[in-house]
Amino acid sequence: MKDAAAPTPPLALEGLRKTYPSPEGPVEVLRGVSLALAPGESLALTGESGSGKSTLLHLAAGLDAADAGEVRIAGRSLTGLRDAGRARLRRDHVGLVFQQFNLAPSLTVASNIAFQARLAGRADRAWTAALVARLGLAGLERRYPEQLSGGQQQRVAIGRALAARPGLVLADEPTGALDEAASDAVLDLLLELAAETGAALLMVTHSPRLAGRLGGRAHLRAGRLE
Amino acid sequence: MNWRGFLWALTALASHWRRRPLLLAAALVGLAAATGLWIGVQALNAEARRAYDDAARAMSAAALPALVAEGGGPADIARFGPLRRAGWPASPLIDVDLAVEGAPASLRLMGVEPVSLPEAAGLALFGAGEDEAGNDADADAPPAPDYAAFTRPPGRALIAPATLAELGDALGVGAGDRLATPRGETPPLVASAAAAPGVLIMDFGFAQRLAGMEGRTTRFLLDPDAELPAAPLSDIAPDLRRAAPRAAADPAQLTESFHLNLTAFGFLAFAVGLFIAHGAVGLAFEQRRGLMRSLRACGLPAWTLCAALGAELLVLALLAGVAGIAGGATVAAALLPDVAASLRGLYDAPAPDALSLPLSWWLWGLGMSVAGAAVASGGALWKAARMPVLDSARPEAWFAAARRARARQGALAGALAVVAAGLAVWGEGLVAGFAMIGAMLGAAALALPLALGAALAGLQGLADRRWGPLAAWMAADARQQLPGLSLALMALMIALAANVGVGSMVDGFRLTFESWLEDRLAAEVYAEAEPGAAPRLAALIAADPRISADLPEWRAETVLDGAPVELRGFADHATWRRRWPLLEAAPGAWDRVAAGQGAMISEQLARRLDLGLGDPLALAGGAALPVAAIFADYGNPRGQVRLSNAALAARAPEAERGRHALRVTPPEAAEAVAAELDAAEGVSAMEQGSIRALSSRIFERTFAVTGALNTLTFGVAGIALATALLSLSAARLPQTAPVWAMGTSRRRLAAMELGRIMGLALLTAMLATPLGVALAWALVAVVNVAAFGWRLPLHVFPADWLRLAALAVAAAGLAAAIPLAGFLRTSPAALAKVFADER
Ligand SMILES: Nc1ncnc2c1ncn2[C@@H]1O[C@H](COP(=O)(O)OP(=O)(O)OP(=O)(O)O)[C@@H](O)[C@H]1O
Ligand SMILES: [Mg+2]
Repeated sequence: MKDAAAPTPPLALEGLRKTYPSPEGPVEVLRGVSLALAPGESLALTGESGSGKSTLLHLAAGLDAADAGEVRIAGRSLTGLRDAGRARLRRDHVGLVFQQFNLAPSLTVASNIAFQARLAGRADRAWTAALVARLGLAGLERRYPEQLSGGQQQRVAIGRALAARPGLVLADEPTGALDEAASDAVLDLLLELAAETGAALLMVTHSPRLAGRLGGRAHLRAGRLE
Repeated sequence: MNWRGFLWALTALASHWRRRPLLLAAALVGLAAATGLWIGVQALNAEARRAYDDAARAMSAAALPALVAEGGGPADIARFGPLRRAGWPASPLIDVDLAVEGAPASLRLMGVEPVSLPEAAGLALFGAGEDEAGNDADADAPPAPDYAAFTRPPGRALIAPATLAELGDALGVGAGDRLATPRGETPPLVASAAAAPGVLIMDFGFAQRLAGMEGRTTRFLLDPDAELPAAPLSDIAPDLRRAAPRAAADPAQLTESFHLNLTAFGFLAFAVGLFIAHGAVGLAFEQRRGLMRSLRACGLPAWTLCAALGAELLVLALLAGVAGIAGGATVAAALLPDVAASLRGLYDAPAPDALSLPLSWWLWGLGMSVAGAAVASGGALWKAARMPVLDSARPEAWFAAARRARARQGALAGALAVVAAGLAVWGEGLVAGFAMIGAMLGAAALALPLALGAALAGLQGLADRRWGPLAAWMAADARQQLPGLSLALMALMIALAANVGVGSMVDGFRLTFESWLEDRLAAEVYAEAEPGAAPRLAALIAADPRISADLPEWRAETVLDGAPVELRGFADHATWRRRWPLLEAAPGAWDRVAAGQGAMISEQLARRLDLGLGDPLALAGGAALPVAAIFADYGNPRGQVRLSNAALAARAPEAERGRHALRVTPPEAAEAVAAELDAAEGVSAMEQGSIRALSSRIFERTFAVTGALNTLTFGVAGIALATALLSLSAARLPQTAPVWAMGTSRRRLAAMELGRIMGLALLTAMLATPLGVALAWALVAVVNVAAFGWRLPLHVFPADWLRLAALAVAAAGLAAAIPLAGFLRTSPAALAKVFADER
């Protein structure tokens, strides 16, 4: 896996541990999780509710810090990085899609999609326009998120995550709020676009049906991947 | 009523406050500040009115019909016996100013003869207060001395408790001590409610000696309730004549404007306090939306939920009310000395000495607090009553709602602006003036969110093209946040405008007043002789070679159109012609007045009687005189007429003639001349510099109250802003977290947030400045004229604007600091949790 000839993995996790304090004493949610994703690879992360899937994703994105172990994004370790350094890594290399709270309600669809790319200084008009068209959002660019359906909103979020052509896309139940048909359509788009840009994809999902459509599958149980 | 459900809901709702002590504090502080400042101001007003009533009772001696000396000046006391024997209900009264060594101001000395003193004089010298059941202040007053102690040496000098306390501060004297005066010591002081503030009452015998009026009296009072004898006065006392009762000015009427002013400030503070409470209660409502929804989902009826919310508010309001009233009483007590100084200095009115808060005030205050809580939370209760159980039943998209609100606000602001303009053009009087200010401030407050929204929209466009997505997002987000912030920003703007406006008025007044005083006090020394000492003063003046001109000023009083008016005679001299500040003058005004063919009147008299140049002024005892000039007479509650000494003597033979304005060469000798004259018996003299200093001091104190209230309003606005930001910060996490997740550090976000709040405050300050200037104009050109009868030129002080804007920005930064510190301390886990939480 750490072969010198292989290209730098967009994401590498090693021995991640995470413990949360709770009224009943500390709860060890992750007990040494290791994982690596190659460019273009897609992996579904499954597990019971409360097994720590979101926790793992947050650590991978540098949204939170692990108690032990290492996270490397695009070959750079997050260990020792402060808030500003992690933020920069995320901005430049990671696209995030969540189940809720994705979009800035005060910005239009077009501004939302272009947001992270412009933050990273990589706005590409042609690519953004292509994304809008591919996501079936043409004609909706000037609307606000509140005026879209749930599926449309999630497509905007996908567009935003991919507008900067990140090496890594992390998605936490991106279709959790959608019905089956919409889920399929959104997942199709996500997989297609990720493959097109060569991004690695790590997606949390509850649905075995959806998980089966990704390249690989990892199950989280008792704090470990199996 | 489902009591179990009610109590359960109440417990669930109340548990929220325990976890949010800051929010609880904000709600309590807002309500308490609103109640306290309002009650404090009302207490000051009520206390002042009671002082007027007390004084009217105690001072009515001066207003009784009387017998006075034919040629003016004091009367011969030898007439007392024959008058009484002939059945005249006469009683001698000495009424002079008494200088007290070391005291800042002179006292009014009243010497009475207690046996013959008419009951209508209202001086309850003995046993004062016994018949005033229910009047707390009198019940606490020390017992009055008995007759023997009052009349037999060493006698008693009755003095108001407050005046005694003031003298105690200045001279260290207390009850039982004697005051040193130029002619010896007073009888021992006794605090008594019989004496009005600033008055010293003692037996006639002691007063005669202290006044230097042995064998004489200022006048004989006549008992208005007794029959007058048939025997004509000319048989018994040919040198006396009857004088009509003096018309006393009603202080309540004179000071109405002052109290209206205080009330307006109290109302402003009340409104701003409610802003805070509104913000805090609204936030608590938003934060508990989920809880309320679950309660409803579990089967709690909407109205039980509202009842629980109402009960919670009632408890809050009562707690805040008690704290507020206690605080308000403290503030009022602290302001009392300044208020008293204003009333005395500006209106010559009696002033309150102590503050009392009877039970009824507490009840009223609690009522105000509850009413305030109801106003502040009405919207939240309404929302709770109509809240859908399901979150998804969202009524409207935010921008559509915002657009509708904008249209409504714009229409209302426009309507208020039209009302304000209409009042400015056609309104008359004080109430119209205040209504105009209210409409103006209301219009500006409503227009503020529109103006800020437009500015932010412009900024957003600019940012989109120039500064990048983060700045554009900040501007867009600020626009969305505006509805939540606008109440606090309105409060800030009003506080800023009030500061600019009142500051301009006060500073402008100071400038105008000082240069006016300088011109007005053109002579170097002003000397005054007591009755009887006039020849001595005249001789001293004649003998002093340093005195280059002696300008006698005779004075009398009259009543015109029901209000007291001062008549001032003066000698024609280049000093006056060159320096006396005239606002308007007919050609040859000075010549005409000198020839007894005209009169000069003060601005307030001209306004009150609606007189212009050339109009006839009717004065008793002579032909009407045309108005030759109008002069400024700032700060004088009475109207004034200036005419030549001869014209005055013809109309008012009883005029006092003891006052002289003196020119001194070289001017440096003025102090020495004043000191020497002052040392002479029965003569007081002051150099113009010290008169000026004294006048300025009075005016500074007058505006100290305004300044203090101004500062309080500003502070309250700051708290309102902090509360609003605190409330918004909690709701903002879901908006900030994605931006953070996409790669913007918390520090950067916090800095931008700080910059945004300070920018909003700066924009607000910029908009508040023209509003403040408009307010200053309304104050000096409308309210001041209606209230005092004189108009000030409008001055502006741009340096003050900059200072205030800086203060506002700093205050906003400070207000933003609390929630931002919280944001910086939010752990990444908590921020990330926003994404894991399902809502
Ligand atoms: N901030 C926190 N403090 C304490 N415990 C936490 C915190 N966040 C998560 N946990 C706990 O950690 C465990 C894992 O949570 P996580 O959100 O990662 O689960 P998940 O696998 O994403 O569940 P789901 O499928 O329901 O989303 C849970 O037991 C949860 O109670
Ligand atoms: Mg999860």
